[in-house]
Amino acid sequence: MSDDLYKQEILDHYWNPHNAGTLHGATVSAKEVNTSCGDSVVMDLIITNDRVSDVRFQGQGCAISQASTSMLTDKIKGMDAAQAKNLSEKDILEMLGITVGPARMKCATLGLMTLKKALNDRVPDSSRQVLDANNRTAAATSRT
Amino acid sequence: MHTAASIRSQFPILKRKINNNPLAYLDNAATTQKPQSVVKAITDFYTQYNANVHRGMHALSEQASTAYEDGRERIARFFGATPEEFIFTRGTSDSINIVARMLEPRLKPNDEILATQMEHHSNLVPWQQLVKRTGAVLKILPITDEGRWDMDALERILSGNTKIVAVNHCSNVLGTINPVAAMVRAAHQAGALVVVDGAQSSAHLPLNLRSLDVDFYAVSSHKMYGPTGMGGFYGKHEILELLEPVSFGGDMIRSVEAFDATWNDLPWKFEPGTPHIAGAIGWAAAVDWMQSVGWDTLEAQERELTQYALDTLKQVPGITIHGPNTAVNRLGVISMTMDGVHPHDIATLLDREGVAVRSGTHCAMPLMTRLGIPATARASFACYNIKKEVDQLAKALQTAWKMFHPTVTVQVPAKNLWQR
Ligand SMILES: Cc1ncc(COP(=O)(O)O)c(C=O)c1O
Repeated sequence: MSDDLYKQEILDHYWNPHNAGTLHGATVSAKEVNTSCGDSVVMDLIITNDRVSDVRFQGQGCAISQASTSMLTDKIKGMDAAQAKNLSEKDILEMLGITVGPARMKCATLGLMTLKKALNDRVPDSSRQVLDANNRTAAATSRT
Repeated sequence: MHTAASIRSQFPILKRKINNNPLAYLDNAATTQKPQSVVKAITDFYTQYNANVHRGMHALSEQASTAYEDGRERIARFFGATPEEFIFTRGTSDSINIVARMLEPRLKPNDEILATQMEHHSNLVPWQQLVKRTGAVLKILPITDEGRWDMDALERILSGNTKIVAVNHCSNVLGTINPVAAMVRAAHQAGALVVVDGAQSSAHLPLNLRSLDVDFYAVSSHKMYGPTGMGGFYGKHEILELLEPVSFGGDMIRSVEAFDATWNDLPWKFEPGTPHIAGAIGWAAAVDWMQSVGWDTLEAQERELTQYALDTLKQVPGITIHGPNTAVNRLGVISMTMDGVHPHDIATLLDREGVAVRSGTHCAMPLMTRLGIPATARASFACYNIKKEVDQLAKALQTAWKMFHPTVTVQVPAKNLWQR
């Protein structure tokens, strides 16, 4: 574990997030907001045969929340959906390779919370469109 | 004569090192540190004369009751009020909630309550809830781009329907000192009562609430060098007499029969149950301490430091300061954003250098929306802060900027220079 919260890898993901954007034909999506600071992540996933076959995200927020979400999307691509759903905070910290204090834990796990919400919230295709439309209008889609 | 050094020496916590750097505590709008005299007053109470108040004939209870009521008197006088007009509560939020409940029976559907775009949630949500219960209407006064009340809009919004004007004296985000006296005149002309959130002003502005002519004024002890969990509100005597209590129990009653009760005199009518005795005693010690330093010193010190900070911070690359850009009618509450660096990352990077600031929405989400930003990093001063700490802040901000903009600031041969 590195003491350096802002090691180069984190900054690189923040500046050039992997898997950024939206997914046409997403089978599940979710949005999470960290109410204390307004950080947000919207995640789209395509689940085929119970695997995460593709994932994209759009977000707004601090380096920690955005970099950890970017790294998470790399990690779960191709992963078993059940396995992805069971990822823990510990897995995220290991993935980041840094020590995160209690004040920043919410930032580090914003992507994970979004992922869990998306995978738990699998809803029938028919109602998805409605929910999706609502979600989209609420979502701040660009990073400032 | 108090010097910065003699003031600082009374706050042992300021000698701490954080991450191998001297602590620069710049989160005073959240809560101030406590001088030793306040800590001692609280310790003395618990070690020498702890007892319940207003109900014992024994020596300790008499001593505790005297210290408690004497504390109220000193605090009330500090604000230019009488002890009957000064109700103890848990703090500003608690005070505003209580005042909203007290005024509830007086409101009719379509009466209007006016708040502003720069309110703390504490002075907004209680009114949102009140209009839901009563059918009254909440209106919001916009602010100008400089971060001040839009007084032209006030003329359009204020009317005979306005019954309550609820405003903060100083913004906990922008640092603006608002023209409360002018607001009081306009509101009273329209027939409205004025409730002021004084959480940020009480440590920084000498106040005489009687001459300011406000109807209610809410404050927190912990933002003015006193203990947490303690605060109060001033209410005009004649108004408090007319209003009914909203919570009930011991101490607030005169007599109780099986099915009815009558109320105690002011201020106890609004204070059910065993109060925060140590809190009142500690708070009174805090106002004594402020008076021993004196307003001349407190005000001059902070104004000079605020101007110095505004001038210094403006030179940090990528910084935007939100709020008035001179120290005129402005407190040392400085909200900043930095291009390409999120406020949370700023706060974490400053903490590494020993600089304590707050980042986030500062319980003022509608104001963040107005400013068009998700959050800010906020430095806020108290009388013990010094220029060296502002320099430490500015240096730490530069470091943050460099970390997030390496290509712009790193010294590299000219032919390799490129911009992101
Ligand atoms: C302007 C303003 N109003 C109200 C409050 C609430 O004060 P307290 O948390 O002490 O109730 C604060 C402090 O956070 C504040 O800055």
